[in-house]
Amino acid sequence: MKKEQYRIVRNKRIAPGTFELVLEGNGNVDGEFVHIAIPGFYLRRPLSICDKGPGSLTIVYKVVGKGTKVLSEMTEGTVLEILTGLGRGFDPDACRGEALLVGGGLGVPPLYLLAKELKARGKKVTAVLGFNKAEELILVPQFESICDAVTVSTVDGSVGVKGFVTDAIAGMDRSYDYFYTCGPMVMMKAVCRMVECPGEASLEERMGCGAGFCYGCSIETKNGPRRVCKDGPVFKKEELSW
Amino acid sequence: MVKDLSVDLCGVHLKNPVIPASGTFGFGLELSDAFDLNLLGGISLKGTTREARYGNPTPRIAECEGGMINSVGLQNPGIDVLVDEKVPALRRVYGGCVIANISGFSLDEYRECCEKADACKGIDIIEVNISCPNVHNGGMAFGTSADSAAGVTAAVKSVCRKPVFIKLSPNVTDIVSIARACEDAGADGLSLVNTFLGMRIDIARRRPVIANKMGGFSGKAVFPVALRMVYQVAHACRIPVMGCGGVASASDVIEMMMAGATAVQVGAENLRNPYACPEIAEALPHLMEELGINSLKEIIGTV
Ligand SMILES: Cc1cc2nc3c(=O)[nH]c(=O)nc-3n(C[C@H](O)[C@H](O)[C@H](O)COP(=O)(O)OP(=O)(O)OC[C@H]3O[C@@H](n4cnc5c(N)ncnc54)[C@H](O)[C@@H]3O)c2cc1C
Ligand SMILES: Cc1cc2nc3c(=O)[nH]c(=O)nc-3n(C[C@H](O)[C@H](O)[C@H](O)COP(=O)(O)O)c2cc1C
Ligand code: FES
Repeated sequence: MKKEQYRIVRNKRIAPGTFELVLEGNGNVDGEFVHIAIPGFYLRRPLSICDKGPGSLTIVYKVVGKGTKVLSEMTEGTVLEILTGLGRGFDPDACRGEALLVGGGLGVPPLYLLAKELKARGKKVTAVLGFNKAEELILVPQFESICDAVTVSTVDGSVGVKGFVTDAIAGMDRSYDYFYTCGPMVMMKAVCRMVECPGEASLEERMGCGAGFCYGCSIETKNGPRRVCKDGPVFKKEELSW
Repeated sequence: MVKDLSVDLCGVHLKNPVIPASGTFGFGLELSDAFDLNLLGGISLKGTTREARYGNPTPRIAECEGGMINSVGLQNPGIDVLVDEKVPALRRVYGGCVIANISGFSLDEYRECCEKADACKGIDIIEVNISCPNVHNGGMAFGTSADSAAGVTAAVKSVCRKPVFIKLSPNVTDIVSIARACEDAGADGLSLVNTFLGMRIDIARRRPVIANKMGGFSGKAVFPVALRMVYQVAHACRIPVMGCGGVASASDVIEMMMAGATAVQVGAENLRNPYACPEIAEALPHLMEELGINSLKEIIGTV
């Protein structure tokens, strides 16, 4: 973990209520998420890393409450104090053959970096990305440019398969060696039940410290209590008591 | 001029008065990669019970203006793991004052845990959290009556040779009478305060934010109330006090000490800023210089 200053270079609306935040700082950030201090709020906000490069990182977030609202109003040049190097992310090396990525809504962005890492390892990558409706689609062209196949589903059927990601997966009639999923809890549970191969899911929990020492984010797993912020947020399917 | 930050707690030497409060710093080792733990005067370890406890369901954390509510519910691996694994592991990297924080749901449990903590070489001070509900007394917290607080104190003192600090709950009508009862029952020192019982409601979902409905409120916002209690207790008792509640800066530390605290614990601030304690310890000499203080010991209880 490190406490660092990052400068906003872009904070752009990419879908209704959804923003792409590009930050610039020194060095390379590791970990699954960053913990951002937003002036005026007591606790930090955990947001996943969607993409990164040398000295830069990209986050895609949705305005859901007061903190993300204030964040969305911040302008270029604003300096944010963030904690980096937090969380255990997806393991691209866990996949031996073909990978299936399943993202729902704001669970899509954290899979983007993973897709790049899987491709860098020469894996075949299929992505199933679910949204409520056409206007809410995010990052689809970016996924299309790196994945071998991308299927989109929308609840209202305005784009792609009508229904949930699970409907899209059912229609694909294929098997994979490993899956990775991030999105609403109900979606991830359904994916874990439906997809037979091993895989991993990225969980969300309210956080205090975000760095593994307050035990505010514990979940019960088959291997005992685990901290979402430190032991996760990504957990293997077989660890989860779903 | 070189500033003297050291303080003494019942014969235990602390290089500075800054101590992360129980539950806000894990078992210490969780932060050993973040900074050199030896910058800290002491470390109060996460609350420990006889058996391992999973704790409360999530959400366990609710943000508030100037603070937060927690209902972690004493998640811990149990006293045996504390003394056999956690403390020895911490001792490999930390040479300062190690404070074990003990909780219990019965007098027997307090006694048994404190006895084991007392026998553990790496522990310097035993801090007894009496904010827990007493299962033998309709679940009323031990710390809410002078009699039951004195009962816990006497029970643990009978099995401990190390200094015992009783950690007081602020959720009482008269904290001074409880503090005095603990002193009379043999407490070597007092820690105060623990969290204030609080609650938040998610108005969109029309339900409490915290799964357990209520939890302990703490952080910046409680500082004036905690300070007042430290002041009252320190002036009413002869034993040393560790001041706690809302401390977030070097000036808060000085204020707590002027009110009567010998050492100062930092709680929720660690959750917002994991580097809070080393930053405060580093800022202290500069603030002392500004205020014309040469030794922190000189200012204890001077107001
Ligand atoms: C590991 C992790 C990664 C995340 N990554 C992303 C991401 O990439 N993009 C994105 O849009 N969102 C992400 N989230 C959710 C994001 O943290 C919340 O939406 C955000 O904290 C809400 O803040 P707020 O002030 O707007 O909401 P408020 O409801 O006003 O916040 C009040 C408190 O509740 C907490 N909180 C509220 N909703 C959530 C939630 N869903 N999860 C955790 N804490 C919450 C806040 O942090 C704050 O402490 C992630 C959450 C976690 C745990
Ligand atoms: C997440 C969290 C966990 C805590 N766990 C314990 C505990 O196990 N034992 C204890 O005596 N106090 C516990 N406390 C109380 C703190 O040690 C401290 O007394 C209180 O939070 C007031 O200080 P603050 O305002 O600086 O947070 C906890 C507080 C927090 C925020
Ligand atoms: S949020 Fe503190 S341990 Fe996970």
